[in-house]
Amino acid sequence: MPTETSSVSDVNTVNDSVRLYDVDNPAPLIEPPRARTKKTPKATRTNFEMYGWLFMRLSGVLLVVLVLGHVLIQLVLDGGVSKIGFAFVAGRWASPFWQTWDLLMLWFATLHGANGLRTVINDYAERDNTRLWLKGLLYSAATFTILLGTLVIFTFDPNIR
Amino acid sequence: MSTAATLDKPSSAPEGAKGTASPYITVTFRIRRFNPEVSDESTWQDFQVEIDPKERVLDGLHKIKWDMDGSLTFRRSCAHGICGSDAMRINGRNRLACKTLIKDLNPDKPITVEPIKGLTVLKDLVVDMEPFFQAYRDVMPFLITKGNEPTRERRQSAADRERFDDTTKCILCAACTSSCPVFWNDGQYFGPAAIVNAHRFIFDSRDEAGEQRLEILNDKDGVWRCRTTFNCTEACPRGIEITKAIQEVKRALITRRF
Repeated sequence: MPTETSSVSDVNTVNDSVRLYDVDNPAPLIEPPRARTKKTPKATRTNFEMYGWLFMRLSGVLLVVLVLGHVLIQLVLDGGVSKIGFAFVAGRWASPFWQTWDLLMLWFATLHGANGLRTVINDYAERDNTRLWLKGLLYSAATFTILLGTLVIFTFDPNIR
Repeated sequence: MSTAATLDKPSSAPEGAKGTASPYITVTFRIRRFNPEVSDESTWQDFQVEIDPKERVLDGLHKIKWDMDGSLTFRRSCAHGICGSDAMRINGRNRLACKTLIKDLNPDKPITVEPIKGLTVLKDLVVDMEPFFQAYRDVMPFLITKGNEPTRERRQSAADRERFDDTTKCILCAACTSSCPVFWNDGQYFGPAAIVNAHRFIFDSRDEAGEQRLEILNDKDGVWRCRTTFNCTEACPRGIEITKAIQEVKRALITRRF
């Protein structure tokens, strides 16, 4: 009655002379990534992950307002995207309100995105070295973006020649 | 779970039953086989089984093991959904083989049976549960109290008991933890089952180590890694609202700080 389409035993009994695995020499098992042991993970006893989680929720809510407002002003109102030019940006950044808006958006968007990518790396990078390098790259990119953006917002001078 | 097949079967069965026809139908079981003593690769193997659609997947596995291929290896103990030994991936979903009726699946197509994911496969459908139980032990799933032991029982109001009633139902079958995508990729994560069993004591009015358990789950591989994908809630054969329990632990952690 059993119709065996692909029997396990077929694979190795075909060629008895080169049978790789037997009772005394079993095949290696495939371990899942980063299995929990008695010694891992080590307790860090900090609230970092909780604050990270809370930050994602709160900054997410703020970003909905900031980004949608930004997109609305830049792309929809007053003739849409065609109005954007040097003069338009210079005009907006003359006001401390829009400076603050853009600064908040820059900081929240970058940190929100960086934290999201951090969790992705934590979830998917298997080796500790891969984690280290990916996170190093991520943190330096985020720091660079935030510092450069902040510098531009605060030192922007419309009188360039 | 009630599919079209569920509704079709009773209507077509009595017609056949009028004569001497048996209720048995032929079902193909497509089972993921792995035997490290033979090969390092796992393969699919099909078995045609004569089975009553009102029987369970576990009965099909028994028929295969007892009558066709004795080398088929799987865990089962009570066979009635209490011991939690026979969690497996049936038609791509984590279920207990002893609680899944053939008629609730689609018997016209092959029924695929695989070991649960995210744990080392030892042979066929048997996986190494040790990392799973390690996470369970790490949340201290036992009553911890201070002071003198009362001479009689530790009393608790019905409302206090109700607070954690849902999470007492866990049978540690690992269907939830092995359905969690975070656990698949990073076994350091506690996983839903450990958090459910921590929840059971954190919200128990008689227990006095809730703070300690919250501290454990507050760490980097604790509740904050949950992505609320609800895979665990869908997989739980006891119908525990696992994602809700995890969220309750998160809320307890946040309200404890602020």
